[in-house]
Amino acid sequence: MDFLKILNMIEERDPEMSDRLNSRRKALRDFADLGKKLTMAAVPLAVGSMFQKAYGQSTTNVVDVLNYALTLEYLEYRFYEKALASAGLIPAGAPTAAITTIMNHEKAHVNFLKTAITGAGGTPVAEPKFDFSGGQGTGTGPFATAFTNYQLFLAVAQSLEDTGVRAYKGQAPNLVQQNAVLTAALNIHSVEARHAAHIRMMRKANGASVKPWITGKDSGIDNAVVQAIYNGEENTTQAGVDVKTLGGFSANAITEAFDEPLTKEQVLAVATLFIAS
Amino acid sequence: MNILKNTPSSLESNSGLLVKGVHRRSFLKWAGGTAAATSLILTGCKEDDPVIVAGEVNFGTGDNAVLNYAYALEQLEAAFYQRVIESQFSGITADERSLLTDIRDHEMAHREFFKAALGVNAIGGLEVDFSSIDFSKRESVLNAAKTFEDLGVAAYNGAGRFLTSPDLLAIAGKIVSVEARHAAYIRDLINNGTFADSTVIDANGLEMSKEPSAVLMAAAPFIKTKINAGTLA
Repeated sequence: MDFLKILNMIEERDPEMSDRLNSRRKALRDFADLGKKLTMAAVPLAVGSMFQKAYGQSTTNVVDVLNYALTLEYLEYRFYEKALASAGLIPAGAPTAAITTIMNHEKAHVNFLKTAITGAGGTPVAEPKFDFSGGQGTGTGPFATAFTNYQLFLAVAQSLEDTGVRAYKGQAPNLVQQNAVLTAALNIHSVEARHAAHIRMMRKANGASVKPWITGKDSGIDNAVVQAIYNGEENTTQAGVDVKTLGGFSANAITEAFDEPLTKEQVLAVATLFIAS
Repeated sequence: MNILKNTPSSLESNSGLLVKGVHRRSFLKWAGGTAAATSLILTGCKEDDPVIVAGEVNFGTGDNAVLNYAYALEQLEAAFYQRVIESQFSGITADERSLLTDIRDHEMAHREFFKAALGVNAIGGLEVDFSSIDFSKRESVLNAAKTFEDLGVAAYNGAGRFLTSPDLLAIAGKIVSVEARHAAYIRDLINNGTFADSTVIDANGLEMSKEPSAVLMAAAPFIKTKINAGTLA
């Protein structure tokens, strides 16, 4: 069921609604072209306000999803910001350029989501205070040296990006009836996957045994916290089809070919470690 | 236009056999249509059923149309990487061979998955045209790969909103991020650091997704089979 179908149903029952609905329906139909017609800065506001108009007060769940995403984006953005400010951590040249590119995307995602949430009539969550050591505020978690140890920094970066991919993926089905928000979320999701692939290749260039994609549930990082982020990636059955039975593919290839989602609870169990307050 | 008005009564009374595209296609074959059948229209079909025209594939309706759209793109990608691994451009490194073989396997797994998931609703095999690609040249192969991967990501992102099933949306999500990983890798092979540059990511940090019509237009030079996008476009 989509917006247009709902509006059509309302219209059939109440023809006098037609005039009022026409402009709204047209707005929804035109949404695909919206990005081309508005300035970039106006798009997130439009996503939020369009949603609010179409759904009135029932925006709670979507605002929740967006605030959840916002929390993760804050975490990523501030992590890279601090890394780039840590003298001597990231080599000059291509590595610094790549991390800067990624940080700028995460920063843009933060701003996009804040504006979209406000546009939907919600309130963006306040930015948490982070503990990037993964110590819940103690500063002495397993990643305490991430801003002095380049290899560890890349390992945490990979973990955060792959978490982001799994987190957005896990929310997509919740947005199945909210096309504008869904498309925006998908358009962030794939960017996180591009980041993850690049960070993985940066790790590979530094000797880690990883590929741009996830093989089985291997993290390539020896850490129990990190492992929780990769558990479940070994799945080989999709939509009831056991891809192993289709013939010719190694189990590794099948698990690599499909990234798996994480539930909000699974993600927050990891993310909470990085939140001091 | 050659309109078949008098469907044989034996088949009409047994029209359940004709509901699925595969059966209807066999019927057209049986009816003797080849060139003439390209403009053949079956009467008595339910309005929502795709009319199968010889020589073209029809994505059909609803969620199946989205899955067939994905299946078509995966067919294209899989065929491309099969050629890449068969031919192997000059100067290919062991790492590149290994990871490009991975990508071939991923695309083939996607293709076979969609074929199995769609069952009788699956479109047939597409005939591809890679005559514009020089498989012996690294630059030609990688640029084509970049085109296909970026297009795949933009296509999945743009088509998500057409799906009504949350489960199928989840599946599409599982695949699109792998396509994005491919895209990033291929782009970095061409020019390190371009994994997510401003040609594919907008000022808000969002991937620039594409409508099915735009995707199919971009893919058209590589596909000989005529595509009817059904309810998708």
